[in-house]
Amino acid sequence: MPALPRRRLEKVAINMTPMIDVVFQLMIFFMLTLNIIAPEGDFDVRMPLGKSAGQPTEDLQVPPIKVRLDAQPDGSLASIRVDGRPVEGFSELRQLVAGLVDDAGASAGDLELELDCDYDLDYANVISAITAVSGRIDDGRLIEMIKKITFAPPSAE
Amino acid sequence: MTRKTTGPSTVENDMTPMIDVTFQLITFFMFVLNFSEAEQDERIQLPASQLAKPAEGVLETPITMQLTATGGVLYAGEIVPVDQITTPLRREREIIVAAGKDPKQATVIVRADGRASTGDVQRVIRACQEEGFERFALRAHYEPE
Repeated sequence: MPALPRRRLEKVAINMTPMIDVVFQLMIFFMLTLNIIAPEGDFDVRMPLGKSAGQPTEDLQVPPIKVRLDAQPDGSLASIRVDGRPVEGFSELRQLVAGLVDDAGASAGDLELELDCDYDLDYANVISAITAVSGRIDDGRLIEMIKKITFAPPSAE
Repeated sequence: MTRKTTGPSTVENDMTPMIDVTFQLITFFMFVLNFSEAEQDERIQLPASQLAKPAEGVLETPITMQLTATGGVLYAGEIVPVDQITTPLRREREIIVAAGKDPKQATVIVRADGRASTGDVQRVIRACQEEGFERFALRAHYEPE
């Protein structure tokens, strides 16, 4: 039996150019569509219809803490009042609410807060107020304060 | 004098490391590509907050209400005045009900501009409540202090 001719090992050169072209195109596409967006977060609020109309729910033991935000004609914040008492700025509001939460002890989870804002108030102030009352950061940890937040019906338009 | 001529020699570069790195880069850019941009709009500048929690997982049947600084609601690429928002909301509600879901379980994401009037935001919330929505997520930029 004649021996098969031994084939020499041939080096097959693959043409890499088209692949590299495509890969670079892809890379440029993804680089250009990259859009760095600041992270967004939510404040989850549960508001059935009855609640925002100022009607207390049946299981409500304590009256809600009423936070009033007054606006200046240009929409900026004029004053903050908690249950009628004037408060200087959001940091004092946070301290005051933290005190109320500590006093409430175990029933702190039932505390409810009602935001009463002027119609023309800039919405950013509402978020600042919600930030101030819903929690505080202590040593890098979040301590939750008030979870139930409602809105009073809008005052004069 | 004759010089020994050498033929045109091809220098073969090893392409493997470059292709490796390029694929790594492509993978990186594919992962950071953000597909949720669709619901974001540069016309709205969200207020900043250090406590805004990034949404845990995907919200069930979210409806996004985007309120501009001038008091219009961005809906389907158009600006709808606040007092006419009921019609599109009713449509959203019908879609949710037709899909066999409960509007009470749907979350309304409120993306309102920081300069919008609080009263307008409340009117939008009220309109949503009248259509049976209860869950609201007030959206803000997360900004650590």
